[in-house]
Amino acid sequence: MNQLEIRDLWASIDGETILKGVNLVVPKGQVHALMGPNGAGKSTLGKILAGDPEYTVEKGDILLDGESILDLSPDERAKKGLFLAFQYPVEVPGVTIANFLRLALQAKLGREVGVAEFWTKVKKALELLDWDESYLSRYLNEGFSGGEKKRNEILQLLVLEPTYAVLDETDSGLDIDALKVVARGVNAMRGPNFGALVITHYQRLLNYIVPDRVHVMMDGRIVAEGGPELALELEARGYEWLRERVKEEA
Amino acid sequence: MSEVDLKALGEEYKYHFVDEVKPVFVAERGLTRRVIEAISYHKGEPEWMLKFRLRALEIFQKKPMPTWGPDLSGLDLDNLVYYVKPAETRDAKSWEEIPEEIRRTYERLGIPEAERKVLAGVGAQYDSEMVYHRVKEELERQGVIFVAIEEGMKKYEDLFKEYFAKVVPPEDNKFAALNSAAWSGGSFVYIPPGVKVELPLQAYFRVNTPEFGQFERTLIIVDEGAEVHYIEGCTAPMYSSESLHTGVIEIVVKRGARSRYTTIQNWSTNMYNLVTQRALVYGEAFHEWLDGNLGSKVTMKYPSSYLLEPGARTEILSIAFAKTGQHQDTGAKIILGAPHTSGTIVSKSISKGEGRASYRGLVKVLDGAKYARANVECDALLIDPESRTDTYPYIEIQEDTAHVGHEATVSKMDDEQIFYLQTRGLKEDEAAALIVRGFIEPIAKELPLEYAVELNRLIELEMEGSVG
Repeated sequence: MNQLEIRDLWASIDGETILKGVNLVVPKGQVHALMGPNGAGKSTLGKILAGDPEYTVEKGDILLDGESILDLSPDERAKKGLFLAFQYPVEVPGVTIANFLRLALQAKLGREVGVAEFWTKVKKALELLDWDESYLSRYLNEGFSGGEKKRNEILQLLVLEPTYAVLDETDSGLDIDALKVVARGVNAMRGPNFGALVITHYQRLLNYIVPDRVHVMMDGRIVAEGGPELALELEARGYEWLRERVKEEA
Repeated sequence: MSEVDLKALGEEYKYHFVDEVKPVFVAERGLTRRVIEAISYHKGEPEWMLKFRLRALEIFQKKPMPTWGPDLSGLDLDNLVYYVKPAETRDAKSWEEIPEEIRRTYERLGIPEAERKVLAGVGAQYDSEMVYHRVKEELERQGVIFVAIEEGMKKYEDLFKEYFAKVVPPEDNKFAALNSAAWSGGSFVYIPPGVKVELPLQAYFRVNTPEFGQFERTLIIVDEGAEVHYIEGCTAPMYSSESLHTGVIEIVVKRGARSRYTTIQNWSTNMYNLVTQRALVYGEAFHEWLDGNLGSKVTMKYPSSYLLEPGARTEILSIAFAKTGQHQDTGAKIILGAPHTSGTIVSKSISKGEGRASYRGLVKVLDGAKYARANVECDALLIDPESRTDTYPYIEIQEDTAHVGHEATVSKMDDEQIFYLQTRGLKEDEAAALIVRGFIEPIAKELPLEYAVELNRLIELEMEGSVG
């Protein structure tokens, strides 16, 4: 059961149901893409996986390696190895990236992390992302450009080394160079002990992070699944044909 | 009793222990002529000081309680003990009788055991003689005077008399009068012209005098071109069985000198903390106040800088943390009294639970203070829906060429920030503590490292179990 499994998940916010029975499995060792038009519920799914208290889960389950995480707080989920790269990373003034990252790593590992150990890890990640170490003394996301914020999310991904990562539109607002850097970070994580769900609106990112599987979400449900070629087809034909097909099937 | 009730009780009483100090002399209750005479007698003071105290007593008795600020109705001035002369040695065993809670707090703050005992008001005096011997030698070589205020009064009487009560006269306010009548303990500091003291002077350099008096009085004179950083207090909880602390801090910063006065206080929550801190700043000199107020029931404290000659500058940075049952009424005053003087006030307050933090500030530009500039920034952070903050900024400008700016923000603990940090593995209260630390970072980074570390740890403790 080495997988992230979403089982018939229904969820709402302020009385409005957003997720209407999502079924999705990301096995460990694979990278899957979640695509879909705006308002399909992709970002909502990401937040609910991470445990955002704003949403109410009405039905269904989320299983991490066979174990339900539905009753766990966001930090407990993080300690179990789940990571969410935010679409809109939050600014925390006065808290340096270095300070924050070390606290996060200590929380994840459940032990003190010495400066040398921390530094070795961070330096490797910075090099991979082509990022200057001066960023470490900047305050967390404060005054960052959209691209810097996304890069910072990937920095955290590399340092915290989660087992499963959900990347919520990490490509949005990035130019092609930044996109390549982000992809490099994610690809570096790939391996038998890492699974990822890459949420994206466009196929572009998937040229650089080639997914093992592609899931398509509409109106709070998964309506199609396939290999990487499905992403290309969506790129070429748009989402409308799929919407028509879903209607016909219904 | 449920777990929740126990916890609430622990919160309320955690600093509430009785020490085993055996005082050799305890004055009667209330502030009377007899008590003042007894204080003066026990200190072996010169005649002029007794006269000064008695004059201050009259002023104190005439002045009404201030009604423009926090509620002081719980303060029964007639029922306080105004002077306790501590015994020479204290019972070290009583450390064991300090509640587990407060000992744990000291441990988690990482305060060395010897210091903890002093902070707790029990045990042997912290023997800093060995550690600071060399520091003291170096200071003496430079002609720096750094002694208990009583010693300053006796040993350096002429110098002392020239400045004592000149910055804050007893007429200034009721509590300055009270302190002038009953003062005991504090520091006397003199830095000769041109001498730059490298290490911060900390109250615990002084050996064998109590860290804090109930009516401490400190006088610091920084002569022309000299530099000093003075640190008073610490972030660990300070306990006193009496419920009033009224300090007076007087600082004279002469031409071209630089000084900084840092104080972080965390009194137990039974305390009315009413302090007058004032600096006179002369030509081209620079004075900084760095003021942190964490404990007490009510704090009224507005460090002030009087910029008296051209080019004098000041910065006043303050942090206040108010929890349920606490009212931190703090702020700053800058009087710009000469051309090209300038001042900055940065005030940050955090209100938690039903705590209330008020910013009360005065910026006054006198006629003729051409091109004087002042800037005020006060930011309030509210942790809980029932937390409260208010701002009372008074600005008086009598000079057309002056420029005064004022900016105030109020923010609430942001759920999105909490969630973001939680997804990185921090618990909800750890996330909240980190956000609070970030909020005060612009001021905390000005603190010496060990104080900043203590302050951060303390905020973590304060925020534990505070949300969710």
